[in-house]
Amino acid sequence: MALQDKDRIFTNVYGYQPWNLKEAQARGAWDGTKDIIAKGREAIIEEMKASGLRGRGGAGFPTGMKWSFMPKQPPVDQNGNPKPSFLVINADESEPGSCKDREIIRHDPHLLLEGALVAGFAMGARAAYIYIRGEYIREAETLFAARDEAYAAGLLGKNAAGSGYDFDVFIHRGAGAYICGEETAMIESLEGKKGQPRLKPPFPAGAGLYGCPTTVNNVESIAVAPTIMRRGASWFSSFGRDNNKGTKLFQISGHVNRPCVVEEEMSIPFSELIEKHCGGIRGGRDNLLAVIPGGSSVPLVPADQIWDAPMDFDGLRALGSGLGTAAVIVMDKSTDIVRAIARLSHFYKHESCGQCTPCREGTGWMWRVMERLRTGDAAVEEIDMLFQVTKQVEGHTICALGDAAAWPIQGLIRHFRPELERRIAEAGNVAEAAE
Amino acid sequence: MPKVTVDGVELEVPAGATVLQACELAGKEIPRFCYHERLSIAGNCRMCLVEVKPGPPKPQASCALPAAEGQEIRTDSEMVKKAREGVMEFLLINHPLDCPICDQGGECDLQDQSVAYGRGGSRYHEHKRAVTEKYMGPLIKTMMTRCIHCTRCVRFSEEIAGVDEIGALYRGESTQISTYLEQAAKHEMSANVIDLCPVGALTSRPYAFEARPWELKKTLGIDVSDAVGANIRIDSRGREVLRILPRVNDDVNEEWISDKARYMVDGLVKRRLDKPYLRRDGKLVAVSWNEAFQAIATLNPGNSIAAVAGDMLDCETMFAAKKLVGALGSSLLEGRQTGMDYDTSSLAAVNFNTTFSGLETADAILIVGSHVRWEAPLVNTRLRKAVKRGAKVFLIGPEWETTFGGEFLGEDLSVISNLPNHVWETIRDAKRPAIILGGAALGRGGLEAALSVGEQIGVVRELEDGTTWNGFNVLHMAAARMGGLMLGYAQKGGLADIVAAKPKVLLSLGADEVDYTKFADSMIVYIGHHGDKGAHAADVILPAAAYTEKAGTYVNTEGRVQWADKAVFAPGDAREDWSILRALADAFGVGLGFDSFEELRNAMIAEVPALGIEGLADYGSVLPAGGGSASGLIAYPVKDFYMTNPIARASATMQQCSAELLHGEEIAEAAE
Amino acid sequence: MADRYIEPDTPELRARWGNFAWTEANAAKAKEIVARYPEGRQRSAVMPLLDLAQRQVGAEENTQGWLPIPVMEYVAAYLDMPIIRVVEVATFYTMYNIAPIGRFHVQVCGTTPCMLRGSDDIIAACKKRGMKAGHITGDGMWSFTEVECMGNCASAPMVQINDDNYEDLTPERLDVVLDALAKGETPKAGTQEPGRHTVEPVGEPTNLAAMITENHDYRGEW
Repeated sequence: MALQDKDRIFTNVYGYQPWNLKEAQARGAWDGTKDIIAKGREAIIEEMKASGLRGRGGAGFPTGMKWSFMPKQPPVDQNGNPKPSFLVINADESEPGSCKDREIIRHDPHLLLEGALVAGFAMGARAAYIYIRGEYIREAETLFAARDEAYAAGLLGKNAAGSGYDFDVFIHRGAGAYICGEETAMIESLEGKKGQPRLKPPFPAGAGLYGCPTTVNNVESIAVAPTIMRRGASWFSSFGRDNNKGTKLFQISGHVNRPCVVEEEMSIPFSELIEKHCGGIRGGRDNLLAVIPGGSSVPLVPADQIWDAPMDFDGLRALGSGLGTAAVIVMDKSTDIVRAIARLSHFYKHESCGQCTPCREGTGWMWRVMERLRTGDAAVEEIDMLFQVTKQVEGHTICALGDAAAWPIQGLIRHFRPELERRIAEAGNVAEAAE
Repeated sequence: MPKVTVDGVELEVPAGATVLQACELAGKEIPRFCYHERLSIAGNCRMCLVEVKPGPPKPQASCALPAAEGQEIRTDSEMVKKAREGVMEFLLINHPLDCPICDQGGECDLQDQSVAYGRGGSRYHEHKRAVTEKYMGPLIKTMMTRCIHCTRCVRFSEEIAGVDEIGALYRGESTQISTYLEQAAKHEMSANVIDLCPVGALTSRPYAFEARPWELKKTLGIDVSDAVGANIRIDSRGREVLRILPRVNDDVNEEWISDKARYMVDGLVKRRLDKPYLRRDGKLVAVSWNEAFQAIATLNPGNSIAAVAGDMLDCETMFAAKKLVGALGSSLLEGRQTGMDYDTSSLAAVNFNTTFSGLETADAILIVGSHVRWEAPLVNTRLRKAVKRGAKVFLIGPEWETTFGGEFLGEDLSVISNLPNHVWETIRDAKRPAIILGGAALGRGGLEAALSVGEQIGVVRELEDGTTWNGFNVLHMAAARMGGLMLGYAQKGGLADIVAAKPKVLLSLGADEVDYTKFADSMIVYIGHHGDKGAHAADVILPAAAYTEKAGTYVNTEGRVQWADKAVFAPGDAREDWSILRALADAFGVGLGFDSFEELRNAMIAEVPALGIEGLADYGSVLPAGGGSASGLIAYPVKDFYMTNPIARASATMQQCSAELLHGEEIAEAAE
Repeated sequence: MADRYIEPDTPELRARWGNFAWTEANAAKAKEIVARYPEGRQRSAVMPLLDLAQRQVGAEENTQGWLPIPVMEYVAAYLDMPIIRVVEVATFYTMYNIAPIGRFHVQVCGTTPCMLRGSDDIIAACKKRGMKAGHITGDGMWSFTEVECMGNCASAPMVQINDDNYEDLTPERLDVVLDALAKGETPKAGTQEPGRHTVEPVGEPTNLAAMITENHDYRGEW
């Protein structure tokens, strides 16, 4: 059974109604926030754990458990003063295919701000920094304005929402760097540095922003928290398969008839998602070539494997791919599949921070070979070499960008090797004929 | 003390050790480029990957991973081998194959490690990256296409030098290391990045294309450009010193040296005194050794002879001169060329008692009359470390650009006795207070006033761990100072006593800072190596050896006795100083009691036993009470960091540094 | 190699921008920005302040704005941080223009989701109008950059021009937007698809239809 409107959390996701506080409250935002906080830190974390919510930023780490890693007693600094804790909200939505946080921020920002308070309280943070990607200029304007509304209404700041808890929310705009979506790079960037990921350990929950305990959560993970607290863990966990609970914003782009962002039940089959909301594949089901189901970082899945697959963490992992941010990039048979992946390789080359060797050098190498494979200007052995190079990058870098750059190419080689070989052979024939 | 297993061998490692250190303790060599013991951990080169269980099923950067109880570490597995080979391949794809024309060749980490982990040939058939050179000043030559982005240079300038001037600009494969607007690196330690650079991206500009490392003879020496006594390695070929590099000595220079210590070497072949001269009719003319000796001996000075020691002298030279002067019945010895006459009855009172490494642990530091960056750049880095650990620093004297913050309290010596309340309270309440007195503060009652402050705050005290803390420090500038004082090169009234004695013969032992107009009636016999101020004033010049051309004992400002070896022979007719003095004794017809360097050294040690023991001389920890008041504006004696001694003044490199870095002249790069 | 470069530091540049200082309004803004971060952490403000400075430069010269070296130095001094660290930040993040820029900065997303929906045609349409990367058109109006994913994938292809996005583009729709901008008009931002509101499926609503007409409160149906 498909998700009903009453069970959608982001009811204004399309922005038909104003985002402002008054309207948001009329839709149910900031409803009983004080009572939620009155339940106490432990109870909130337990409820979040029970809801089965897994992080919506791509990695799918259980959100409640992440919050529980924050220290119950604040650590002290050199001078014996307690260190504050911080919540950092990752609104640096930059993964190709992903465009959901933008809709939350510009159309339902108060759900995010309320979630910031609930989550911040649960983890004992004294403030939240929302790191919004720089290109979301108008979206940031809305967020700043919503924040001002919330402060003016006493929902944030001293005695936030009458809870007795003091909590601040600050907004920090990025300036064009995908890598800042990586949590430690985001922290570096917040500190006014280049967004280059830090070595772990130490993990942010121990020493994050300004050396203080920090949790970094995705916008969606935070924004769903108040509704989960209002409706209960069992409501949220009534959607989706085991280990893949809840509702989720899917973003469908590419070759469907009606691309859109839509909140649906986790584990919804790919076919249902596409048929119901997207008007089907352009040119019909038979015209489907492949799908990148979770944003650019996950390997593509060929048409025949994806059609009936449940769109959730485990279902897509079973196909050698992943749910990622549920950014579904659909490619029909008109697609130059090699170019589609080569363009992603360019993306990773462009976005590599340049800090560690395999990614800095490997992303450029991989892209250049991909460009040659696009035209067939390569030797067949280079397909294997490229695969080896992706393996030399994967798992050898400081952060996951190296993996993310490697996987799309690995998926391409795994599923479309004949196409690569065909192009090489054709280009070779042309070259031979020319001689 | 966690127990780990490295390649099947169990061992205990110190708490806080990294996996890389654990592997080294187990005798495993871990390849690395970005990791450096004295810099923060970057973990970016990925060369040191090892396999660690428990942990994720991928290789881990051993430099950044703390060693933990029960870890099973493998450095020899297939996974590790593949990881290293993979990283090496990535490092090489955009690295030019220009080793034959690269000065790093033969001492290049990348070259060495590619032998172990590199492929036979390249699989990379794309365009290779080319990066424009970045100007970094007269000392550092850049070839940025070779850069592997380890960021050691960035971290050095930020963390050690404290002058944030090198950065990694842009990002991804376009990342470029550069100084701001390609301006010259402007601090006294800048060239250390050349040693740190694991490849040929940053090489030595003055040494460019001079030699290959395997052609060089390596001699262990001691730097004489200041009183720190940095441990150096003198690299020479034939009779020429080609370069100087730091040696590791954690107590003294860690593994850094100042740019002056490194680059004044080209001055060793310029303006050299390579034959004896005699002043005839107002002009210096070349003569034979015999003629020169005759001219001195025929003056027959009797006991009217004195010796003034220069700043860069070894103890043996000073001892030999002392014996000669003594054999003639005189005891007129002085080393404080500019006329300072501070009390030297207690050597502890004029010594750097905390030691350099001890200074790092001080928690409140009062610096009086010392431009530390110029007078002892290596001590400056220690100050920076102390401040990083939380020390408060106060300075009396004209303001200079510190690399560690600090509060300037005023320019007059009288501030010593009138410290502002908050300063007074801070140093009084400190656990390990330290006072550093520079040359500009020793006179005019400064030493006594500072001793008095020291007494009041208990600058000598027993620490909780039972050790004695002596926080009273004098930071000298002359490499010869402490050795000279141990050998008695100090008159009560300083140089004025020598002037007053009107000696018939004044032996100037490389003394280039003396006002010789006060010795108009003396025959000035200059025994030294450079045609500088001393030689210009001399009546007789006896060409001697520079510090690289003789073995010798040096005592640094900490009272640390160190020995240097001889790297090359002195040029032309120049001789080692001691043998000149020995021959001069013959001309005077007196005996010195030694006929060889060994005998000389033994005699010296017999007289001053501390000079026979490498390490800190014990001056005791009892300080005179001091007292009185000091006053007068402080003026630092060093006006130009690069021009403080005759070798540096003769050095084209130092002249260029001075002109470009201190006087802002645009030096056009020579057309190539 | 690098497709970005810092505008060289020349006497002319110094003469033009050496006296850069916040306008009164921006001085207040800068103060407010620095206050967002804990005491002693004012360095965190370098990114928003560079943005503010870039906008001020843009306002002065009627362009999107960029960061001349003296302006970066001003920000460094304002935050008491080493200039090299500011330059690192300015060169790392692509939204800082480190060389002069036109009145309108046309940033076409060319990453795969947009590529699949026809960004090639959009780029071609820009080139047809004389735009090319790293270049300002002769009239000073247009600068062009092919950028990476802008997060508008469900309304692709798209272009960001200065502060506004124009989505669901075709070459014709782009021309309409650019022509309007050239005339000094303010074209409607967002989707250019007739009948589409934002990122809902075009046509018959598949969900949340009630929201179209009223600010519906679903709580009663829980």
